[in-house]
Amino acid sequence: MAKETVLEMQHIMKIYSNGVVANEDVSLELKKGEIHALLGENGAGKSTLMKVLFGIESPDQGKILLNGKETTIRSPQDAIAKGIGMVHQHFMLLPSLTVAENIILGVEPRKSKLFIDMKQAIRSAKEIADKYNFDIDVTAKVEEIPVGIKQKVEILKALYRGADILILDEPTAVLTPQETEELFVQLEKLRDNGHTVIFISHKLDEIKRICDRATIMRNGKSMGTYSVNEISTNDMSKLMVGREVVLSFEKQAPTLQGVMLEVKHLNAYNTQGVQKIRDLSFEVQGGEILGIAGVEGNGQTELVDAITGLSRKYSGEILLKGTDIRRESIKAIREQKLAHIPEDRMASGCAAHLNIQENMFANQYTDARYSGKFMLRSRAIQSRCDELIREYLVKCKSQKQEVGMLSGGNIQKVIVAREFSTGPDVIIANQPTRGIDVGATEFIRRKLLEFRDAGCAVILVSADLNEIFSLSDRLAVMYKGNFSGIFTDVAHVTEEELGQYMLGLKNDFANGGVSHE
Amino acid sequence: MNSSVKRFEVFRMFFAIVIALLISFGIIFLVSEQPLTAIYTLITGPFKSKRNFANVIEAMIPLIFTGTGVCIMFSANQINLAGEGAFHLGGLVAAVVALQFGLPAGVSPVVAILLSGLAGAVFTAIPAILKIKTNASVLVSSLMLNYIALWFAMFVLMHFICDPSIGSASYLIPEASTLPTLIDRTRIHPGLFVALAAAILGYIFLFKSRIGYELRLTGQNEGFARYSGVSIVKVVLISQLLGGFIAGVGGGVELLSPIYTRFSWTSLLGYGWDAIIICTLAKNNPLYTPLAALFLAYLRTGASIMARYTDVTLEIVQITQGIIILLVVAEQFLSGYKHKMIAKEAMASLKEEEVQ
Repeated sequence: MAKETVLEMQHIMKIYSNGVVANEDVSLELKKGEIHALLGENGAGKSTLMKVLFGIESPDQGKILLNGKETTIRSPQDAIAKGIGMVHQHFMLLPSLTVAENIILGVEPRKSKLFIDMKQAIRSAKEIADKYNFDIDVTAKVEEIPVGIKQKVEILKALYRGADILILDEPTAVLTPQETEELFVQLEKLRDNGHTVIFISHKLDEIKRICDRATIMRNGKSMGTYSVNEISTNDMSKLMVGREVVLSFEKQAPTLQGVMLEVKHLNAYNTQGVQKIRDLSFEVQGGEILGIAGVEGNGQTELVDAITGLSRKYSGEILLKGTDIRRESIKAIREQKLAHIPEDRMASGCAAHLNIQENMFANQYTDARYSGKFMLRSRAIQSRCDELIREYLVKCKSQKQEVGMLSGGNIQKVIVAREFSTGPDVIIANQPTRGIDVGATEFIRRKLLEFRDAGCAVILVSADLNEIFSLSDRLAVMYKGNFSGIFTDVAHVTEEELGQYMLGLKNDFANGGVSHE
Repeated sequence: MNSSVKRFEVFRMFFAIVIALLISFGIIFLVSEQPLTAIYTLITGPFKSKRNFANVIEAMIPLIFTGTGVCIMFSANQINLAGEGAFHLGGLVAAVVALQFGLPAGVSPVVAILLSGLAGAVFTAIPAILKIKTNASVLVSSLMLNYIALWFAMFVLMHFICDPSIGSASYLIPEASTLPTLIDRTRIHPGLFVALAAAILGYIFLFKSRIGYELRLTGQNEGFARYSGVSIVKVVLISQLLGGFIAGVGGGVELLSPIYTRFSWTSLLGYGWDAIIICTLAKNNPLYTPLAALFLAYLRTGASIMARYTDVTLEIVQITQGIIILLVVAEQFLSGYKHKMIAKEAMASLKEEEVQ
């Protein structure tokens, strides 16, 4: 197989307008006819690098060489014209149009310049599908085809526009194992046809299975390019996170200190009025961490919103330290020493344009230490803020810096510092370490354990199974609005088993009123 | 980094003003027979005489009031135009109190102005209540309510305080209620100090007080404010009440000032709209409203002098204002430059880390 270099990205530096360095001196070399993995954690800079390649972002330094010639890619249109195609993680298809219409969109064959030649369109769509052995009915409407086929349509769209280099952004995230296998067969065919595929992923086994070489990124920097045959998954993961993957903690057995939070026969609804939680009951004691795992959208958000008072769309009872919170304001619930690390830190966890100090006191500015009846005590606030910045290792220039200028991990630390500084009795942590760097992740997990040891009741909702396994004292799996399983012996639960509960294949409480739509 | 971003914002504002002026000058060159004289008059006119300069100061006062009021409403993200109606009703109420209550000198203007503020507050609370109760857009409802304020004032004027010998104005405001002139042969009045005090108190309220903090929190991210335990209903109401109060006081002060001898406002005066320009220039900080008001008043006074002595019309300032606002609110304007500046600093700090 010929192995000439088709594309080189050299010393790419990309800094976002909030000052975050997303790519620092990253180089990438692609050969003709290879599947090249781009491997890294959330926030490592993979997507940014690909956005630069696809013309969505322009680099601050560095150059791109296409077939040995230096080139600038100004826009996605420009990238497509130069033979680079991208399949986004979230599909960019028009559901009400047919497969053929989606494929030709923007480059339609014309009849007398004015009208779309539909026959020709269907013919060309079929041709391209046949050429690459994609078994697709091009006259089907996109809204009617399954996810796996939609992805094929995306790939065909790129190929129809003449893509030699194909970027796939976490393509298997939405696929079933069977669909994934099918995709791999197709990608291998593309490779054998001389196409170059960039495969963005953090799933090591998939990379082992299909990729030729892998470039590993961490914290905005490239950790080097390796031939997949010559590097073990263990080494790959070490390069990816900078240490052993499993962040394990030495944990003492929990000393339970009585029920702090009780949920009784909860039925909760989302903003559209759809029932998301069905007759859920459980309790959490002081001194334990209850982990809640589950595929997103199975009611976790509604549960957290109900407990924290953000949503009143529920029936049933929620007792915080014995008192029903239904009629309590969010402020009153917070005054009961409930802390909440929200799922979406930018939407509800902070105000990006206010400074660190202003963000740090949003939950306790009415405290007598920090304000009188009318005025804020700015000196007290200032010195406490400095303390918290030091204690929580927030990396910033000063407390007057806008929060939006910090990195994701540091923003999360500001939020955690704020929530934990009140000395909470109950902590609701929803995806507390999503998309942040390893250092901050470890720090936040340690803090959660510290509070648990101090007698705090913690509910940890997380999509990160590693996190769930290493922190939880009890582990519940949420499926269609109720728990499908509760494990007290977390150490002996396997990931496979957990997966079966997450998908509803196993359900210990199947008669508990959970409906299967 | 923050300080340099702030410096950049100041530079950006300055640059926007310069570009707007240059474009306006360009237009003057195109339409005028005597462009150089016109521009010269526009710039130096306000300094030509004591009276001209006094005009600038007089024009500043209502702008500071409505600007500060709107700053408070906008800080809570209550983007609405009720300041206009509040100012108008403030003027009406001051006139009614002055004409009908027969209070003694000294007391009368104070009572009149306080009631003006109250009228303004009640008026701006209407869109807030509509928002809370029915989720009606404050922008739309306030815009429409302004016409109700205008025609209500017209009704009161025509039926209760109209001077039949004039037809569309009230009786003369009795001397007991008017604000005195501070400097001879000008119309500068003590309202100036009230306006400056409003701006300073507005600043302290927004940036140093507990409720002001709640207002800004809500304005910046309502979801975050709610999550933190802030009562959004309270914030919406207080910001509207207070903003309207200040705008109403502005209307009352303006009407009792030496500039008016009767209530004769048969159309909206536009100070509520101007407040948006002031707010934009002051970046929602009441402390800067006097500066912004000074700039706008200077420009307008210069333009009216220019219109009097040359063939260029007053409306040229509208163009200047429009361009300034456009450039200041256009986030992308000079964003490339800003990005380069931030990138440079980020790289510098990377190098620093390496050295350490």
